[in-house]
Amino acid sequence: MRILINGDSREIGAADLSGALAELGYGSAVVATAVNGEFVPAAQRQAARLTEGDRVEVLAPMQGG
Amino acid sequence: MLRIYDAQLRSRLLLGTARYPSPSILTEAVRASGSQIVTVSLRRESGGERAGQGFWSIIRDLGVRVLPNTAGCHSVKEAVTTAHMGREVFGTSWVKLEVIGEDETLQPDVFGLVEAARILCQEGFEVFPYTTEDLIVAERLLEAGCRVLMPWGSPIGSGRGLNNLFGLKALRARFPEVPMVIDAGIGVPSHASQALELGFDAVLINTAVSRARDPVGMAGAFAQAVTAGRSAYEAGPMEPRDLAEPSTPVIGKAFLG
Repeated sequence: MRILINGDSREIGAADLSGALAELGYGSAVVATAVNGEFVPAAQRQAARLTEGDRVEVLAPMQGG
Repeated sequence: MLRIYDAQLRSRLLLGTARYPSPSILTEAVRASGSQIVTVSLRRESGGERAGQGFWSIIRDLGVRVLPNTAGCHSVKEAVTTAHMGREVFGTSWVKLEVIGEDETLQPDVFGLVEAARILCQEGFEVFPYTTEDLIVAERLLEAGCRVLMPWGSPIGSGRGLNNLFGLKALRARFPEVPMVIDAGIGVPSHASQALELGFDAVLINTAVSRARDPVGMAGAFAQAVTAGRSAYEAGPMEPRDLAEPSTPVIGKAFLG
């Protein structure tokens, strides 16, 4: 199915958020995730089913003021 | 020692981590500043580049506390969601809460700020609200559960120093027991010194250090300015006068006319 990852359209085989992150190369990276604007804690990623067109945000530590 | 939430701090200088020429200069600047708290943010991470992982490793090695911000958030929902994501990634319930109301001045949307602060305080966050010098907003933020206030000096990145001295002094006088950090607008060390001389507890600096010709040198200069300003506050500055008053005693002066 096609979903939006950080604004980019990507085709993925995984059906849940945890699988999608692994498939897209995030591996053990320290990231926080949201689906369609709602925060999804790391512990709930496996249970978070994805559907066509979902907007997934994957955020990591960055410089800030 | 300054106490903010559970932290006992020797340094009254908080440092932002953005816009440094290189990661090594950032590291050296943090060390030169003596800062014990640095601000950080969250941005989109690419699965291929994973740029944020390297940054996070540098910050962890510094051994300082991190204060995640909600920079760039324009709505309560965005700010609250970003705070949740920051708490998970950075492992802290501290959040520098920014709800931006207007892009030209990056002025806080104080209505959204109070609402977001109320939600986050109820959820157990320890909120550092980026606010204006408005007394009523400050009162609402304290009612919402904030135990520190971060009034702006002037717009973020402007380097204009303390724009509204009257308002800032009134805020300081109205809530003498509340820790207050001047956040935003400090341009040079004398601005930071002035903030501390007025009784503000600390300053948060970013652009003034990171965009200096020599950020490491400027970080050291700010550290000295903050120390000097605090010492002056504790020593009790004299009251200004409109007219001159001779410092050398007049009594006993020879008549030589």
